Amino acid sequence: METFIQQLFNGLTVGSIYALVALGYTMVYGILGLINFAHGDVVMIGAMVALSVTRPLVGVLPGPLVLLIGLVVAAVTCMLLGFTIERVAYRPLRKAPRLAPLITAIGISIVLQQLAMIIWGRGYHPVPTLLPGGMHDLLGAQINDLQLLIIATAAVTMVALMLLVNRTRLGRAMRATAENPEIAALMGVNINRVISATFVIGSALAALAGVMVSSHYGIAHYSMGFMLGLKAFTAAVLGGIGNLGGAMLGGILLGVIEALGAGYIGDLTGGVFGSNYQDVFAFIVLIVVLVFRPSGLMGERVSERA
Amino acid sequence: MKRYPQLRMLATIALLLLLPFAVGTMGNAWVRILDFALLYIMLALGLNIVVGFAGLLDLGYIAFYGVGAYTYALLASPQFGVHWPVWLILPLCAAIAGLFGALLGAPTLRLRGDYLAIVTLGFGEIIRIFLNNLNSPVNITNGPQGIASIDPIAVAGVSLSRTLNVFGFEVHGLYLYYYLFAFVALLIVVVSARLQDSRIGRAWVAIREDEVAAKACGINTRNVKLLAFAMGASFGGVAGGLFAGFQGFVSPESFSLLESIMVLCMVVIGGMGHIGGVIFGGLLLAVMPEIFRYSAVPAQQALFGKVVIDPESLRMLLFGLALIVVMLYRPAGLWPEPRHRRELAGKKS
Repeated sequence: METFIQQLFNGLTVGSIYALVALGYTMVYGILGLINFAHGDVVMIGAMVALSVTRPLVGVLPGPLVLLIGLVVAAVTCMLLGFTIERVAYRPLRKAPRLAPLITAIGISIVLQQLAMIIWGRGYHPVPTLLPGGMHDLLGAQINDLQLLIIATAAVTMVALMLLVNRTRLGRAMRATAENPEIAALMGVNINRVISATFVIGSALAALAGVMVSSHYGIAHYSMGFMLGLKAFTAAVLGGIGNLGGAMLGGILLGVIEALGAGYIGDLTGGVFGSNYQDVFAFIVLIVVLVFRPSGLMGERVSERA
Repeated sequence: MKRYPQLRMLATIALLLLLPFAVGTMGNAWVRILDFALLYIMLALGLNIVVGFAGLLDLGYIAFYGVGAYTYALLASPQFGVHWPVWLILPLCAAIAGLFGALLGAPTLRLRGDYLAIVTLGFGEIIRIFLNNLNSPVNITNGPQGIASIDPIAVAGVSLSRTLNVFGFEVHGLYLYYYLFAFVALLIVVVSARLQDSRIGRAWVAIREDEVAAKACGINTRNVKLLAFAMGASFGGVAGGLFAGFQGFVSPESFSLLESIMVLCMVVIGGMGHIGGVIFGGLLLAVMPEIFRYSAVPAQQALFGKVVIDPESLRMLLFGLALIVVMLYRPAGLWPEPRHRRELAGKKS
């Protein structure tokens, strides 16, 4: 039982991070119908920038303040990056065959990874602990301040995003563009601005996720965005891509399933399979869900269109 | 030239026969690159059936390459102590990879577009993770270390890994592999071209353009899609088998997602659905990074007097930039299918 609760909390922590990244994928997909393959690498850039900014400040200023500064700088960098990526690689191809922007996205992803490798090197960078590491005993499980903070911040961010999309003018423009860009343009929505805003918001969430994931694992690496992006995209599809609520649900679900799977697979299979099969879990769950609900858990049934 | 198909064929064959010797003047390393380029061309042609003809986006294609390679490796190495002849194994590679293709296709038939893409991606990762971890409790794949000292491919009792002495000429093994690979690649080209014009090929194109309409025309979309998956996979399986024999060593890291993406890039950059374009794309993307590799260090030394950027990073960086630039200026690929091009030019949406 203690293992269960412990893994549940670990899963929630990682799941909240997946959810934040998945939101970036799902917002872009909802509006452009494009898999933004470079999104995972934007997360990585966020983590790396935050690390570079915070490292010289450690010990000079109080930990939480340093973390906040790192986060802000990372968010601004990533927002600029997201804006640029859309301008350079996706906007000129909006009317091109469907696979063309996918290839430019892959190109951007490769470029970002290699740039990061040139700037920060190949090594694994340890991330300094900036928060007092208090452990709390919760229902028999150990959970630290950082985990609580990650879960809480992710929850607050997601609520804010929901409010933004459902209650503001920009949010309404985003929903209209997702529904039908041409008609939205006729109604006076500046589509280019909406799409740029979507990328900027998604990238800010990516920066936040990047800081969270590097502090959670205590490590940052130039290729860390790849698997994370993959998982987050899986989460977005799991929840029904294009659906914000679905991305959050999918992310948290995926995190919890993975953690529980990794915790129990050894016992369940009598030690034949170990926790090194953790990554298989995510994908098997995805395939099973999609076989029974082809448009994801919360996705609406889309009609066939040519 | 167009009016003399025989002449054209002769010219092609002569070019294929002489190419390695022309390339070989720059050193055997380039013949090796050429061998790999041929393997990539086989893969790109296989993926072209799935993505180009049938329009099913597959992001885990390299898994079939891996299945083929491990089939060969397990049946012709000291791992299990079996040493089957190559002509028995290669059809088996094709069959097993094809089976895996159908296995992947079966549950995913109802999915469309990007859902399919992510499931195939997941499938590819699952295969790689299994290859990586199936060393316990029973050691099948030898885990991350991979399987070494695989038997080289032997044709008519002549091992292709050794230097062959033909009438006083020393022919290096790399050249022999080149001819074998060129032969198999040519076979795949012929099969692809014949398939394209067949009833099945037209059914694939119909599904790609409009699945509902295709179904209404009486095409059994389920079987035809499964066939596309299985066909594409079996080509990948053969290429994988050849790779294992050529390399003499396989490990899971050769079958990562990046490789799947690479093959997809070959298909898209060349021109989806167009056999000539796909071959060109495969050749280009297999050779281009190598040119970057060999020119990165001297170019930097000439410009800055020292090596500023790690050549491996620079190579990938330029590769990524090239992908972006090509797509921005030629979104339908460098050499698209004429029919496709007409559609794109006619429809201004």
